[in-house]
Amino acid sequence: MAEYGTAVHEASRKAMSAWYDRLALAARTGAPSAYLMISGNCVEILRSFDIEPAFPEVNALQLAIRKQSLPLILKAEEIGYSSDNCAYVKADAGFTFGEGAPGAGKIPKPTFIVCNFVGCHVYIKWFEHCSEFLDVPLTMLDIPFLRSDRPSDEDIHYVVAQLKNLIASCEKATGKAFDIDRLREICALSAKAEAGWQRCKDLCKNSPSPMDAYFDAINLMGPINVLRGTQDAVDFFDVAVREYEALVKAKKGPIPQEKFRIVVEGPPPYPFYRQFRDLFAAWGAVAVQSTYSTVGGIWEFGFRHDPKRPLESIAEQMLMENLCNRSLLERYKQIRRYVEDWRADALVIHSVKSCRLFSAGQGDMRDYFANELGVPTLLVESDLEDPRYYAQAMMKNRIDAFFESLEHRKLLKKPQGRTTA
Amino acid sequence: METAPAVEQARAILAAGLAPALKRTDAPAYGVFPVYSPVELYRAAGLFPIGLMGAGGQIDIVHADARFQSFVCSIAKSSLELGLQKRLVGMEGVAFHSICDVARNLASVFKRNFPGMHIEYVHLPQNAAGPETEDYLVAEFRRILAGLERRLGHRADDAAVAAAIREYNEPRRLMRELYAIRAKEPERISSAEMFPLVRVGTILPPDEHARILESAKAEFLARKHRRMDRVKVIVEGAFCEQPPLGLIETLEGAGCYLVDDDFCAGWRWFSTDVPEGPDPVRQLARAWLERGRATSTRYNPDKPRHKDLVRRVRETGAQAVLFMPAKFCEPALFDYVIFRRELEKENIPHLLIEFEEKMWTFERTRGEVETFVESLLFD
Ligand code: SF4
Ligand code: SF4
Repeated sequence: MAEYGTAVHEASRKAMSAWYDRLALAARTGAPSAYLMISGNCVEILRSFDIEPAFPEVNALQLAIRKQSLPLILKAEEIGYSSDNCAYVKADAGFTFGEGAPGAGKIPKPTFIVCNFVGCHVYIKWFEHCSEFLDVPLTMLDIPFLRSDRPSDEDIHYVVAQLKNLIASCEKATGKAFDIDRLREICALSAKAEAGWQRCKDLCKNSPSPMDAYFDAINLMGPINVLRGTQDAVDFFDVAVREYEALVKAKKGPIPQEKFRIVVEGPPPYPFYRQFRDLFAAWGAVAVQSTYSTVGGIWEFGFRHDPKRPLESIAEQMLMENLCNRSLLERYKQIRRYVEDWRADALVIHSVKSCRLFSAGQGDMRDYFANELGVPTLLVESDLEDPRYYAQAMMKNRIDAFFESLEHRKLLKKPQGRTTA
Repeated sequence: METAPAVEQARAILAAGLAPALKRTDAPAYGVFPVYSPVELYRAAGLFPIGLMGAGGQIDIVHADARFQSFVCSIAKSSLELGLQKRLVGMEGVAFHSICDVARNLASVFKRNFPGMHIEYVHLPQNAAGPETEDYLVAEFRRILAGLERRLGHRADDAAVAAAIREYNEPRRLMRELYAIRAKEPERISSAEMFPLVRVGTILPPDEHARILESAKAEFLARKHRRMDRVKVIVEGAFCEQPPLGLIETLEGAGCYLVDDDFCAGWRWFSTDVPEGPDPVRQLARAWLERGRATSTRYNPDKPRHKDLVRRVRETGAQAVLFMPAKFCEPALFDYVIFRRELEKENIPHLLIEFEEKMWTFERTRGEVETFVESLLFD
């Protein structure tokens, strides 16, 4: 077998660059495109009209990971954004509303903007600003927050009605008539990719886990959130499943020896992705599950788009089958299930200043897991976009101290015959 | 100018804090976190709705800092602190609303830490008024009522909702009248008086609040007054966490007449009375959609906030806008970008002042506002 994870990484890169090429083409030709948010999105509908989706969040992520975010954040602060606003927005705003931005012209000016307001209130502001600055019409999809175990019939009805309005906007923008059979086919492709996603996540229950479900999950997140509903996404997950199954068979994982299995909560510090990852790898810690990977959708528990009920299932995904539209207490349940079913030794909470959706109240989460459930829990702070909030030395100290004590605990526990492997 | 006796009364009630408010009526108190809450529903269910709006500077944060990080607004932390210090004992529950991610997560933290409370999360639409939005909101209001009925074990029927609408229309109408008087003759009502008069309504039953407002109105109208050389401003951004009174006094002392503001915005939500008529729950929902304020926590393409702000500037004859967001308040801070852009297009001067509920020195703000006012007066 080739080097660890190469095939997945390559396949993801290839599928995503084909999408970038399509965006660049749309930027040149003016072919229909729309802005959309990642969380619980309804990309299937746009796809059924051949409207190319563009995701400002992916733009922000790329800027951070390429270490280009800070000057753009500063530019955004000049036009009035506060130092306390979500820097994901600021980096994208600095890029999109500023001049001479790197890579300008590669992302089209959208034909229209679809704000899928799924949990994050900042989404509303972000897309209002895009609409205002770019002078592009905005369609808002108001998705009621999940207030009990399941959305009510009225919630579903409300969302479906809005999806129908969106369909009307798409018809107007493209001059094409809506074809429900096309949407069914797209939903069937979505469901296939989702099954692949679940399989990859399930394989992480093995020890060693064949992938790092936090740091490597990013390779899966692009295809599932951006390319869902295409054959490309299905093909990608075929590659991923094959590779991870082979790794499980060969008892191989992302690091030579898996010593700790962790669940990670919160987005990564993209400007310091590598450094942050290395701090865990140094301890043989592998993420076997992560909440961040489910911002777009939670497929590991079985949800699928349903070609028989395309609009209803799209509504269900938006309403309940993604992390963002669920309460903090629902997130506690999700993490608890991860810790138990994926047999994790510890929970690591990465608290980012930008994203209050994730971080507001994480101190309570730590209290719940550490004190009520007795799960060793580490909380560290930085940011997902703004490099000014990341302090490597402090981060290293905290992480080292945590794993040192975890190692100690493990040693003490071993004689009683309990291993986590 | 002598402070009006009704204002003194309001200030005294506010100074006593939440404790007496929790026991003010026989009905159990029900907390409402900002911004807007359908208080009529709680009232109809036999509860006494009161604002849970932080603790101002009245308590030290001892426990809540361990739950919420440093970059979270004060109102979230101090409201939680009140609970953790057992100062909300006797409160039946709290309603939170879809205003921001902090309030949303706070609802969960309340639920876990105070398991006996009836915690409600109300999703208010972030969209235009339309038949499906209205139907959704009616269903949401009915869901809340049904939850309270289950909890309290008795019916809250339409007649009770209709009666509650009538009750709350009264103080809301009086607040509108006072605001209209102040907009026209700001020298007649100082904002340091207006603020307690409005805020006290968040801890009083509507009829008691209306009585205070009535007498305040009579006192103000009888007042002799003289206009001073001040700048008329609109204050925008303080719709959730409330500023300390000292800050409002500072603005006035530095040479401003506040002709409009968004303090306690949710309690003065409607531009007219909520209509009476059949199906009062639907009347309330429709009023929310069609007669509600343009506020940073509500997306409404029919009434863009920045356009509405300019409209209010023109209508009141304000010469400038003071943006006054609470520190770390994302909805307000994001809106500054759009407001600023619009005001600059319209050549309307503006100044940004961040505040915190527990702020206690105002010297720097005074200096900034004075400089701003001078630049306008001698322009
Ligand atoms: S607050 Fe969080 S979810 Fe929302 S836009 Fe910012 S980073 Fe994304
Ligand atoms: S002050 Fe702002 S951020 Fe804080 S709870 Fe209120 S609306 Fe949310």
